[in-house]
Amino acid sequence: MTKLLEWLLGVSVVVTAWGLLTFDLLDLKVPQVYREVVWPMPVYLLVVFGCYSIATVGYRVATFNDCEEAAQELQAQIKEAKLDLKKKGLKF
Amino acid sequence: MSYSGHILPPCRWQYCAIQPALPLWKQIIEEDHRRFIIPSNMASRKSSSKRQANKDKYSVLLPTYNERENLPLIVWLLVKYFGESGYDYEIIVIDDGSPDGTLQVAQQLQGIYGAHRVLLRPREKKLGLGTAYIHGIKHATGNFIIIMDADLSHHPKFIPEFIQKQKEGGFDVVSGTRYSGNGGVYGWDLRRKLISRGANFLTQVLLRPGASDLTGSFRLYKKEVLEQLVDRCVSKGYVFQMEMIVRARQLGYSIGEVPISFVDRVYGESKLGGNEIVSFLKGLLTLFATT
Repeated sequence: MTKLLEWLLGVSVVVTAWGLLTFDLLDLKVPQVYREVVWPMPVYLLVVFGCYSIATVGYRVATFNDCEEAAQELQAQIKEAKLDLKKKGLKF
Repeated sequence: MSYSGHILPPCRWQYCAIQPALPLWKQIIEEDHRRFIIPSNMASRKSSSKRQANKDKYSVLLPTYNERENLPLIVWLLVKYFGESGYDYEIIVIDDGSPDGTLQVAQQLQGIYGAHRVLLRPREKKLGLGTAYIHGIKHATGNFIIIMDADLSHHPKFIPEFIQKQKEGGFDVVSGTRYSGNGGVYGWDLRRKLISRGANFLTQVLLRPGASDLTGSFRLYKKEVLEQLVDRCVSKGYVFQMEMIVRARQLGYSIGEVPISFVDRVYGESKLGGNEIVSFLKGLLTLFATT
């Protein structure tokens, strides 16, 4: 099963459950209070997921390591390498 | 009217072809070889006990295009770290007809380090990355293949860690990751970090690939696994690397990760424009729909 199908399956399960409860399609006599909670649920879920995404990406950008030392080490090694290679007869 | 012939600068290839110094540098290198014969023998004896116990050989594939500045440095670093850790290795340079004379530099390096360490498998013109790997694998004698960029953004110091990781878990693939542990980047501004993290998050949500760095291209593969994967992957550019990992998961291969520091191009420029982003998204959606 492709990821697309997995997603479609997941979304359709959620939509079906939401539809059944909100419009009481199975005549379950769901109390009015529950229905009022359920019908705006998809929007809540989207908002929560959006917030989670922004928070996660923001946190990860903020904590993205800057490898200052690695860059300095590399620069030093480049100098060393150039000297050594010149000694070994390399013409740049 | 041979006027135009004077106006147009001669191409670099022509320059090289008429350079009379060619035999000269060969001589220099041969002399150098003689001088270094004793120390290199000693070095191999010193690490031979380690090598006997360990028959693994690592082939490093370096696809290059206009890397004449970087190639000697990356090769030097590879020789350094492989020498220190004592693993058997070879470096396969796959140059796609660089007009800047990368191949000539590679030939010099072969003269310095020996034809069993530096192998040249050039191609006439720029063909895709995937076919460069196929081309390299064909000539590789190692049972493991290491793929990395030749522009110094991937540091060979991590290779012994990759090998260690592979041995610990018997992994089919070991991937370098900028996104977890001590991994990181150098030379990226906020915009680039944001795009990178955002793209990575989106990919994680949509594909759930089980690896934290999908677009990085610093990886170690078992040779037969890489052969399998390259056969199945069709994308280009960033997406190619992503597809390799996603397909690896799909085929049930195990993936280990090693945090790496990614130092953005020292020489030359790296690009991340609108085009890259659009083609990345297209590739992501294609993988989303097909894997």
